[in-house]
Amino acid sequence: MSQSHPDAPTSTRSTSNSHTLSVLVENSPGVLARISALFSRRGYNIDSLAVGPTENPDFSKMTIVINVEDHALEQVIAQLDKLINVIDISQLDPVTSVQRELLLVKVSTDAKTRSQVLETVQLFRAKVVDVAQDAVTIEATGNTEKIQALLRVLEPYGIKELVQSGLVAMSRGLKPGSISEDQK
Amino acid sequence: MTKETGNEMTGASALVQALEHAGVDVMFGIPGGAILPAYDPIFDSKIRHILVRHEQGAGHAATGYAQATGRVGVCIATSGPGATNLVTPLADAQMDSVPIVAITGQVASGAIGTDAFQEADIRGITMPVTKHNFLVTDPSKIAGAIAEAFHIASTGRPGAVLVDIAKDALQMKTQFEYPKKIELRGYHPVMEPTAESVRDAARLIVESKQPVLYVGGGAIKSNSQKELLKLAELTGAPVVTTLMALGAFPDSHPQHLGMPGMHGTVAAVTALQKADLLITLGARFDDRVTGKLSSFAPNAKIIHADIDPAEIGKNRRADVALIGDLTRSIEALIPAIKAEYKKSQPDLTPWLNTVYGWRNRFPLGYDHPSDGLSPQYVIERIGKISGPDAIYVAGVGQHQMWASQFINYEKPRTWLNSGGLGTMGYAVPAAMGAKVGAPDKVVWAIDGDGCFQMTNQELVTCALNNIPIKVAVINNESLGMVRQWQTLFYNERYSNTQLHSKRIPDFAKLAEAMGCVGLTCDSKDDVDRTIAQAMEINDRPVVVDFSVHKDAMVWPMVAAGTSNDEIVNARSLAPIWDSQEL
Repeated sequence: MSQSHPDAPTSTRSTSNSHTLSVLVENSPGVLARISALFSRRGYNIDSLAVGPTENPDFSKMTIVINVEDHALEQVIAQLDKLINVIDISQLDPVTSVQRELLLVKVSTDAKTRSQVLETVQLFRAKVVDVAQDAVTIEATGNTEKIQALLRVLEPYGIKELVQSGLVAMSRGLKPGSISEDQK
Repeated sequence: MTKETGNEMTGASALVQALEHAGVDVMFGIPGGAILPAYDPIFDSKIRHILVRHEQGAGHAATGYAQATGRVGVCIATSGPGATNLVTPLADAQMDSVPIVAITGQVASGAIGTDAFQEADIRGITMPVTKHNFLVTDPSKIAGAIAEAFHIASTGRPGAVLVDIAKDALQMKTQFEYPKKIELRGYHPVMEPTAESVRDAARLIVESKQPVLYVGGGAIKSNSQKELLKLAELTGAPVVTTLMALGAFPDSHPQHLGMPGMHGTVAAVTALQKADLLITLGARFDDRVTGKLSSFAPNAKIIHADIDPAEIGKNRRADVALIGDLTRSIEALIPAIKAEYKKSQPDLTPWLNTVYGWRNRFPLGYDHPSDGLSPQYVIERIGKISGPDAIYVAGVGQHQMWASQFINYEKPRTWLNSGGLGTMGYAVPAAMGAKVGAPDKVVWAIDGDGCFQMTNQELVTCALNNIPIKVAVINNESLGMVRQWQTLFYNERYSNTQLHSKRIPDFAKLAEAMGCVGLTCDSKDDVDRTIAQAMEINDRPVVVDFSVHKDAMVWPMVAAGTSNDEIVNARSLAPIWDSQEL
């Protein structure tokens, strides 16, 4: 009846080659282009990139999830650090950081399946944000694993449309362990 | 011109004053619509502006100036095509870590993004080929951007910086203020290596029985020649200097093995292959040096000294990284090695006997063809007659390799070439820039007939601006290096490498038409006399068309993508090694 979104995240995200970088950048025009151009030019694979303002209007924070070998990760960080607009880079460990992504998914439902879908929504502490005759739209936040798990459960009902934010992440506790500062 | 009171002035005047504050004495450029406001105050400035004939020439001239002097080279162009013509020289300078600043006019800020006349997103276009770039639309930000551009270009690992300024920002009034101190939150080049890394490096050096000093262009950028000489003589290790480092260590020094890489000497290439330690100083394990990376120096530990942390481990894993300014790293290493020597000092005699044996057995050489002039001979004679104080600027190709092999470089900043990007057409404009920066030196452009036809229009600039460079066109009527590859790898099928440039153009007449002296030479007996004649002309540029044998090839050679172990020292002639030395 329907199939999962072709760009739905695959399990590669949670493999050991997946790394989350939190990059503090100057909030100036062209910074996003510089970073994405660097990744493109050097052939680094971005899984997701999320960017937004910080508590200081001079800076933006990017959360970048990349899939590279450990050796290449050092290169990525060193190359990023060379960009003049990059202030600080830290690598976030899933254990010592809070990592979240946002999912909006439209799932096919009929009279028979609706209650099962709603039950799933409750189990995952997600919520329904729109209801139509033949579908419900669900909003969920969580780490990558939780979002994946939710999608696996919803998939048999038929996913009509799916949109996902990039991962955003923040270290737990007071101060992140900064990589670029450590190098100095 | 509008009257300026106090510190208030147009953005254009602020630009020119900022350039003066940055210490600029010369810039190379061409005006056009969007940059026109800046050319009005340039008219009154003490900065010498040299009007080139193509923006690419302005960019390479800035690079040649920077490489010859160690100062920041400056070029200036208008928006759109003026700016895009700078892309090649920016990429060229960035690849070879040469400090240049390019200033471009941009369409008025309100028109940006509308596909306006002569609009090009030069900031976007040059992002991957510059160290940093700026788009300035606010006149009050011009002076600061210029100050930052010079700071970024000249510190850390030097590079190319572009400042794009909207036309209305040049026209509007602003208060001029040049920053006294530059603070960039995201830019802090590391200058001093850590004490721990210095100690670890010293230990590796003392443990090594087969070390090689692998010296790159960073030694020239950091002006490390004195410290390098001390380090070499302290350790006694043999030295190789890459294409970008020629002159950083005297070619005549007994520890020098020559240049490594695709067309390096057998001794230099083999010493790297057989070393147990590479003391890498401002070099970057470029593919033209390493050959097939996985088979490069298989038994060597690596000490990698570089100012750019991203070079460490990029191509080859380092056992010890010395991140910092190269001169300071060497200065720190010397006492650390001396301290280690008090405990033990390795005996390098067997290793030195072996590598110097290679050097004696496999010297660089060439043949004199029976029916024409040897290009290597011409280049060798230019070097001998002009001496080690002259500056030699090469294009890209066979003549470049021969100029690297058969001229002796004794001093830094006497050998200029496009090493990383391999830009044909580099020589004439870069020689022009070098001569402007070092007017008392003899400056030779050693060019090929293919390269020369890409940028020779700058000879007009030289003739009109009293920049008397000398150009040797090594004319083999072909794109010689490409032809050499066709000879070796494409069954002598010479697809599109025949230039016919002994007939058209007539280089001597072309030179005369551009206000230069044009000379020709096609026999060995005339070479010295022709060079001497060129040396005597100092009021105008000279072009010598050396008609040379087209079948001459560059040897030794490591074919692209193969291991350095497969070096061939002449056609079909691989070195024969004694079994005990392998």
